[in-house]
Amino acid sequence: MVVPMRASTEPAPRAVAGAPVVDIKGLSLTYEAADGPVYALSNVDLQIAEGEFVSFIGPSGCGKTTLLRVVADLEQPSGGHIRVNGVSPNEARLRRDYGFIFQAPALYPWRTIRRNVELPLEIFGISKAERRERSARQLELVNLKGFENKFPWQLSGGMQQRASIARALSFDPKLLLMDEPFGALDEIVRDHLNEQLLRLWDKTGKTVLFVTHSIPEAVFLSTKIVVMSPRPGRIIDIIDASSLGRMRDLDIRETPEFLQIAHRVREGLRAGHSYDD
Amino acid sequence: MTAARRASVLTPLVLAGCLYVLMLVHRPGVAGAPGPLFWGLVVALWLASIVALSGLSNLRLKSRPADRLASLAVPILFGAFLFFLWEVIVVGAGVPSVLMPAPSAIARRFAASMPVLRDDFIQTFVKSVLTGYAMGCGAGFVVAILADRVPFLRRGLLPLGNFVSALPVIGIAPIMVMWFGFDWPSKAAVVVVMTFFPMLVNTVAGLTAAGRIERDLMQSYAAGYWTTLLKLRLPVALPFIFNALKINSTLALIGAIVAEFFGTPTVGMGFRISIEVARMSLDMVWAEIALAAIAGSAFYGAVALIERGATFWHPSYRT
Repeated sequence: MVVPMRASTEPAPRAVAGAPVVDIKGLSLTYEAADGPVYALSNVDLQIAEGEFVSFIGPSGCGKTTLLRVVADLEQPSGGHIRVNGVSPNEARLRRDYGFIFQAPALYPWRTIRRNVELPLEIFGISKAERRERSARQLELVNLKGFENKFPWQLSGGMQQRASIARALSFDPKLLLMDEPFGALDEIVRDHLNEQLLRLWDKTGKTVLFVTHSIPEAVFLSTKIVVMSPRPGRIIDIIDASSLGRMRDLDIRETPEFLQIAHRVREGLRAGHSYDD
Repeated sequence: MTAARRASVLTPLVLAGCLYVLMLVHRPGVAGAPGPLFWGLVVALWLASIVALSGLSNLRLKSRPADRLASLAVPILFGAFLFFLWEVIVVGAGVPSVLMPAPSAIARRFAASMPVLRDDFIQTFVKSVLTGYAMGCGAGFVVAILADRVPFLRRGLLPLGNFVSALPVIGIAPIMVMWFGFDWPSKAAVVVVMTFFPMLVNTVAGLTAAGRIERDLMQSYAAGYWTTLLKLRLPVALPFIFNALKINSTLALIGAIVAEFFGTPTVGMGFRISIEVARMSLDMVWAEIALAAIAGSAFYGAVALIERGATFWHPSYRT
């Protein structure tokens, strides 16, 4: 399955094309709480190239979700520089550059699965025929063919989250932002979805930013792992995991290479935590 | 299954007993002066009906339509038994009809006064209630959207609306009659005042009910205010809005009937009640009350039915 040329530490071929998809320099975000300022993000530097799968991992309060929300223009930074696809996050949002997948599926219960997937297309004013065609294609991609006319509450949690992925893919954004999308699912379903997500990523060539607090999930999925730490929220390690190749199956988790990377992630998390004590 | 078997045997027996007692009570020798044996029979029927109904309400039938029918039968039989008791006690004890007419007398009066009741219904329900309801609910909804869009309206209008809703109907009805005349528009105006506020408050609450993630989703699509309102916030608000519509369906009828006590042309349900009370023909008053109860329940039921269809996705209706 692994294409030999890509099995090196070099970035995937798609990444060669010029400027980084996400370019962050000296980013900080501070907000005022009742008991003084909270440093949600402090002096974050990060470059993400096209086609990468980047995981953000760290304990709660480390700012990983905040960072993702800043990229999505759902949160405003208080300082620093950020560019998404070469423009400001606001411009990127307005031209619908990214699809955001939340912790919860956030499907609208009054819409069928099909019409949920078509929601963004409807908002963007795409014709009905094309909406139909695209939603059918995306639902097939996430293995939900045959469930188009079901309502979200008639589906399992894993299927709902797959539908929300199909919804994010429906308008073909270059960037996928995923905020602990599988956090609420049991481990068996999660493993299955991780495999599917990896296949999807390989097939579509999207750039993915993926927030998680599971080390195996982060290592299994990513070409790059960003380890973060709280108070103030900051990056303490960036680990390259592209040596594991693009296409992986779950067995890879037993290999020494995988365990070595997982170990480094754990070390990083521990180093961040010692700050607290 | 013993309870169910008991119920299936007892229910027809109780029904037959009730019919027999009904026939008995209307005989010239019995009406007004029945013996202790008669009352003993009534009490026995009462006890038997308790056993039969509790058996019926515990009944679990295999087929769905039959089960639905059984669950419908309990309230119907229970209501029918209450009417039976009313009839038997009033006729049997010879209660004067000014104090309490028997259901049969009310029904006779109802049937005999159809044309009058129809005119009253049209005047009060069709003209005053429906018009006022539509205008009051519509205005409450529109103002709620305005208050949502324009923050200073929210701060200014909600307390004002609260103040208006605290005005008693009894107080404003005569003023509305002064302003809008004796005919139905003044009653509709009272209904507008009464229904406006519940709709306003419920819609405002409903518009804040959409979750954070759902809102973020709409923002990530760069959806504007109206798109977000139409595609997310209004659907989420629907259960709240229907709540107001249901509350208002009964409020509107009360408002219109009470308002007619303060001046009206010689037609209308409230007018008829006040005039027939003065003439001591209580059976006509009860016939109007029955009409109001039927109209009110049907109105409420219709709104509830539409709600079921429109908010089928809500957890309380999901199948």
